[in-house]
Amino acid sequence: MFACSRINTGRASLDRSAIKVKTQGGLEGDFAVVICRACKDPPCVRACPLGALEKREDGRVVFKKDLCDGCGGCADACLIRAISMDAEGKAIKCKHCGACVAFCPHGVLEMEEVEE
Amino acid sequence: MLRRVLYIDLDRKESFVEDRYDLFEEWLGGTGVATQLLLEGCPEGADPLSPQAPIIFGIGPLTALFPAMTKTVAAFKSPLNGELGESYAGGRLAMAMRFAGHEAIVIRGAAESPCYISIRDDEVKIKDAASIWGVPATVVGYILRDVEAGVGRRSIIRIGPAGERLVRYAGVVVDTYRHFGRLGLGAVFGSKNLKAIVVSGTEDVEVPDPKRYREIYNQLYKTAVKTDAMEKYHDIGTPINVNVLNQLKGLPTRNFQESSFEEAEKISGEHLADNYLFRRVSCAHCPIGCIHIGMLKTSFSRHHEFEIRKISYDYELIYALGSNLGVTTPEGMLELIEACERQGLDAISTGVVLAWATEALDRGMITEDETLGIPLRWDGVKGYLEAIEKIVKAPNDFYSTLARGVEAASERYGGRDFAMALGGNEVAGYHTGPAFIFGLTVGVRHSHLDNAGYSIDQTAAKKPLTPEEMVDAIIAEDDARGVYNSLIGCLFARGVYTPDKIVEALGSVGIEKTKEDLEILGRKIFEEKYRFKVREGFDLKKLRVPARFYETVSTVGMVDPDTIETMMKIYRERRGWD
Repeated sequence: MFACSRINTGRASLDRSAIKVKTQGGLEGDFAVVICRACKDPPCVRACPLGALEKREDGRVVFKKDLCDGCGGCADACLIRAISMDAEGKAIKCKHCGACVAFCPHGVLEMEEVEE
Repeated sequence: MLRRVLYIDLDRKESFVEDRYDLFEEWLGGTGVATQLLLEGCPEGADPLSPQAPIIFGIGPLTALFPAMTKTVAAFKSPLNGELGESYAGGRLAMAMRFAGHEAIVIRGAAESPCYISIRDDEVKIKDAASIWGVPATVVGYILRDVEAGVGRRSIIRIGPAGERLVRYAGVVVDTYRHFGRLGLGAVFGSKNLKAIVVSGTEDVEVPDPKRYREIYNQLYKTAVKTDAMEKYHDIGTPINVNVLNQLKGLPTRNFQESSFEEAEKISGEHLADNYLFRRVSCAHCPIGCIHIGMLKTSFSRHHEFEIRKISYDYELIYALGSNLGVTTPEGMLELIEACERQGLDAISTGVVLAWATEALDRGMITEDETLGIPLRWDGVKGYLEAIEKIVKAPNDFYSTLARGVEAASERYGGRDFAMALGGNEVAGYHTGPAFIFGLTVGVRHSHLDNAGYSIDQTAAKKPLTPEEMVDAIIAEDDARGVYNSLIGCLFARGVYTPDKIVEALGSVGIEKTKEDLEILGRKIFEEKYRFKVREGFDLKKLRVPARFYETVSTVGMVDPDTIETMMKIYRERRGWD
């Protein structure tokens, strides 16, 4: 999370990280990593009225911050809660850059090509 | 009493509730009612994976009121064998439906794009599930927990990739560790673009005479907890059967080529309890706690980075993904179980399909061209893990045929004699003798739990039974379970709920029935299920018994095909079918 905010926003922040690492309850109780999975038919893209989110041919869902007016529709639309809003009211969205992977020393995170 | 049926139409994205006193008066609840809803809601000859084919869930009059009355029935047309699809799951679903005020739910149509259904009391919402389509069944649970209300009282049921891709024996995972496993409900969900259902409610249940209710409750509770009626399910759990059946020559091994396994001790309930068990949990309102969770420590990098995976294990899974695949290590077996959990596959069918494929490859009926280079061999866990993924992804004709079940696979590639299915359903983990084989053949859903033939065989191993006696015992169980599955109780507690106790329990919640009433009802429910089966093309005369059953020694010795034929004659007479 620090790698993500450091590299993408220049700050040390948990809130501004586009990758979220959290503990979870339930009967099993484990760590969970929440990250944009680049859905086939992304609900966030459909939810954005301004076209700030766009599905690219290579599968990525990219975010154009200057078009975002901070309505939060994308964050609500994403069931896995991979999108959050920053202090200025703009969406925080993973761009699949792999910065987090480079700073994971434990082999938990990996960057891989996915078919489809 | 509640008498409400919730109808959800995925085509129109709408829902409504109807009071169906008629149905519940006559058919009690559970499977009695669900069978009627299926008969009226599923058009004759409907494709099981078409929008026309409905999904029906039902609970019963004792749900949430008595110990171990924890099951929900699902009724549907099976995409695996094309006739009656029926499956039962525990967890929290039955309680959640009761408190949401719906004794039955009927889902019709199909959504245009991935969706999930959120039911909270009377509020029903059909929501977008595009962001969780393709996500493993295990993970969907964690995700929906965070976005849906009702912590601690809700039920979350969902499919994995197997259901989405219409594997004909995909199941539905219920609250992480329970399942609608058998006969392909997961594929029916997938065909409707339905990823999950979340149910929660805030109602409570009133009883007409609380004093009487408490008295009966106390008696049943005492029997369940303080006698040995259910002890085996709590202590070692269902895997206690591994060693028992192994000694009795009833534990199917390497695709039923043998009936005892030289490495059984390593995957036995005792060994797992001593070395891998770390928690036992219960379905909602069950005092037993039969769900055994094993821990599997695995490393995910070469530098001693570990995770602990928590995997629920039961006897049937140990058979299907253990002895029947010749798997000799608990770790390997637990990994295979987990792969089925993630993909949302029925473990029994998956194991039987893989066992057939292993033998077919061994005998040269298929080659590694078909398996795409995966060397399927006994105890080859790595290969099996890869094959499970390929069954779901179906990259070639071979794997897409495996995804249609062992019946389809053997029709296409041969090896019918060792394709271990009866009535189109891959068989459970017993080679105990004729009552098991016959019980699966005639049972309404071709499940070992229709009439427990395996138990009749074990009785016969001590004191021989005539074909007449076996048939009578099977018919008695078939019919009695129609009633029990209408209440709906967990079959592990069937020893607690004797016919007298069922009458008393129903009476205490305002339903007056006699034992005779219930006997007649049991028979009627059985006949109604057969009505659906026959309507959809089922023909008892055309059923095939794989020769392997007659080639491998069973608990009661070699099984003679003539015994099965004799039993069939007696059965048809007793049922009045000739």
